[in-house]
Amino acid sequence: MDSLIDLWPELWVAAGETLYIVGLTLFFGGIGGLLVGLGLYLTRAGSILENRPVFVVLNLLVNIVRPIPFIIFLAAAQPLARVVVGTGIGNAAIIFTISLAASFAMGRIVEQNLLTVTPGVIEAARSVGAGPIRIIFTVLLPEALGPLILGYTFIFVALVDMSAVAGYVGGGGLGNFALLYGYRQFNPVVTWAAVLLIIVLVQLVQFLGNWLARKAFRR
Amino acid sequence: MSAPSPVVELRDVSKVYPPTTRGGAEVVAIDKVSLTIDAGDVYGIIGYSGAGKSTLVRLVNALERSTSGEIFVNGTDIARLPERELRPVRLGIGMIFQQFNLLGSRSVAANVAYPLEVAGRSKEARRARVGEMLDFVGLGDKARAYPDQLSGGQKQRVGIARALASQPGILLADEATSALDPETTSEVLDLLGRVNKEFGVTIIVITHEMDVIQTLATKVAVMDQGRVIERGDVFDVFSNPQQAASARFVSTVVKGLPSPPELAVLRRRHPGRLVTLAFRDSSVDQARVFGEFAAAGVTFEVVYGGINEIQGRSFGHLTLALARPGATDAAADAAIDAALDRVRTLTTVTEVR
Repeated sequence: MDSLIDLWPELWVAAGETLYIVGLTLFFGGIGGLLVGLGLYLTRAGSILENRPVFVVLNLLVNIVRPIPFIIFLAAAQPLARVVVGTGIGNAAIIFTISLAASFAMGRIVEQNLLTVTPGVIEAARSVGAGPIRIIFTVLLPEALGPLILGYTFIFVALVDMSAVAGYVGGGGLGNFALLYGYRQFNPVVTWAAVLLIIVLVQLVQFLGNWLARKAFRR
Repeated sequence: MSAPSPVVELRDVSKVYPPTTRGGAEVVAIDKVSLTIDAGDVYGIIGYSGAGKSTLVRLVNALERSTSGEIFVNGTDIARLPERELRPVRLGIGMIFQQFNLLGSRSVAANVAYPLEVAGRSKEARRARVGEMLDFVGLGDKARAYPDQLSGGQKQRVGIARALASQPGILLADEATSALDPETTSEVLDLLGRVNKEFGVTIIVITHEMDVIQTLATKVAVMDQGRVIERGDVFDVFSNPQQAASARFVSTVVKGLPSPPELAVLRRRHPGRLVTLAFRDSSVDQARVFGEFAAAGVTFEVVYGGINEIQGRSFGHLTLALARPGATDAAADAAIDAALDRVRTLTTVTEVR
């Protein structure tokens, strides 16, 4: 317990880092996921930009990346991180790698949410002369907004989960804090303090997500 | 009004889908259909589900692209137009759907405004037109409601307001009343009738429902297996179908013709000869028909029948069991045949076997 009090400032720094990593990866991974999801949805058979080669490649890519355990993906993607963000270690590298992994995971969720939009509504938009870009922004995304918000809330938990291994490449955050000060120093109180904080964070975000989704479902 | 000119004209149009399985056969959804629809028509297209009706109507606004043939809309062949150039064409063709297809994330007013946004109209112009259209369909007080808060009939009226917002000259109605109860159906049909009469909009109605054709359509085409097998004035096609397949379809919706199971029951009850007589308008003098039977000493019993009315004209069918009491079988048959020959000069007679 004493050690927890000693570590109190570090705990909050770690919490801040987690928020920083998760926030940025939610942003980049969210956009990436939206693009991948839209790509899958729009190019699939019968959709408005049907394109079999693009769909097959994208689909294969998602299926290849998604099953890789994140800790292995982190190591495998290190060279790529060096090329893109200039470093293979630290928060920058972990943010890049999580965003990449999240794009594929989120892409699948986005695709599934878009599939809940009735094809008839898209047909109605086409029948008045709306083009693909307009349909994406005025029909697809608004109509799927409720499920999309829930999907992003869901992926938030996965991002917190992925950020926990950031310590392995020299990143920070609550996961690293729990490993460093709790697990490795046989101090379960410290571990559980970090876990508790993560639970509270996830609860808050889930609550927010549900509330936003309800507003979107209001119609 | 000037002489009618074709608003929509299909010439030898086919739509073929690639095989669903590798090495399978192509699916011919539309098979060399030619069809002319004049300005101001309410053109009904009927047929069983799977006959190709929905595909056919989607060729008109190019939601489905044809495989071959020409499709003229207001004089332009749209069959080979690239997607981008279809936008103005589609703004001139409204469409309503069985499932209404309203945008759930938008209010009623924003749904009606949608085609106007696509057309690039100003905000003021949109607001004015939306108000006008909602008043026309009787939903002026629902502008701010969301589709989920409306009944089926109200949703379809919003659909109609949306389809007509950009003042199209053509309206495509794809099973527009099939998801509605009978009372709401007649409200929506009345509204479509007003759309045709007040705005002069040419309407193409796809349906399998008799009342839709009966109350709304002026002309009708019967589809079967991707082909138009019969077309003409609604009254003519329904009262006197020329093709076996259209007769079969018409008999499922026209009152007065016994269905095969009903026929089996009649047969059991009346072992003698059964004939069905068709009566159209007042062109057939019923008294003379029955007089012929009486003169030949042939007795008759009405065993099945019904009268239909289409656009103020009526037609009907009567199935009679005929007998000639007190004669041998051969003599009775001869007497009945002689009577039927004379009746045939008055009306259409079908021997039921």
